[in-house]
Amino acid sequence: MSACTSKPEDRVTEMSQTVKHNPLKKDERQLAELDRRIVLATQSGLPVVAEPYRIIAEQLGINTQLLMDRLETMKADHRIRRIGVVPNHYKLGYTANGMSVWDVDDTFIDEAGEQLGQLDMVTHCYQRPRFPPEWTYNLFAMVHGHDRDEVLQKVSQIADLLGSKARKHDILFSTRILKKTGLRLKDKG
Amino acid sequence: MMDALDRNIINTLQHDFPVCDRPFAVLAETLHSTEDELIARVQTMLDSGLLTRFGPMYNAVNMGGALSLCAMKVPEERFDEVTAQVNAFAEVAHNYQRDHEMNMWFVLATETQQELENTLAAVADHTGIPVYNMPKQKEFFVGLHFKA
Repeated sequence: MSACTSKPEDRVTEMSQTVKHNPLKKDERQLAELDRRIVLATQSGLPVVAEPYRIIAEQLGINTQLLMDRLETMKADHRIRRIGVVPNHYKLGYTANGMSVWDVDDTFIDEAGEQLGQLDMVTHCYQRPRFPPEWTYNLFAMVHGHDRDEVLQKVSQIADLLGSKARKHDILFSTRILKKTGLRLKDKG
Repeated sequence: MMDALDRNIINTLQHDFPVCDRPFAVLAETLHSTEDELIARVQTMLDSGLLTRFGPMYNAVNMGGALSLCAMKVPEERFDEVTAQVNAFAEVAHNYQRDHEMNMWFVLATETQQELENTLAAVADHTGIPVYNMPKQKEFFVGLHFKA
């Protein structure tokens, strides 16, 4: 059993040594193709078993260490955000969610974004383009709560925190999920 | 009902699941449980819908794909018709109705930027309603996840 603490860099080095005889471009293409197959094999989830990576590696016809190396590489370059679970936030009792939108002076956008990201119950925080005059908001923060009041309270705390950095804000509550299929890479075969 | 171990699993696994031969065995040490128990708990929570996913979360944009949040002002009387038109696009990953003049918000995910542009144009064309394209320009760090 390999230790979870082994450094991914070491394994990447090992691997690049094993393929160093081939022209670089071909290696890159092969790795890209392998990564694509890994995404297709894991995008709907990992098997819930003692050795999930071995099962996936067998499906792909590669060895487990190579699969783990590629996953670590994709984590390191942020193609994978993280490996883990996603809870259904409704079932955890967070039944209200509001998309709070803020008109922040561009000068302060980084400061404001970082402040918001650190708050409890803000799960996404992005700068997005404005469409004046219809849409002047450039900072989006998804705020979750156990009910609407909690979300409103949170948003008013954010307003206090941002003070004069935010010229205007609004909150858009979702009233219906119209579609939720998640992101899927198409299998080109 | 969730117990302390379920909550602990949810809170821990929202942050990271180890990459190694026996990840559940490694987690069992920190969670003061056993490999078999953790496997059973995760499977039960997936079956009950308390967990919606277990595995790697891919970042579509860093995978070379394109992703954008789009908004539309849909007239009330056309809302259901437009929902069907928009949802018919496979590139639409999520779609939410929100209580605002901009009342339809959907996420487009495609493998290339060109496909994204084409889909945007097609949605506007099929529905006859302008689409506001709001891709993220910057993502800010979010420290916390849902506390179970």
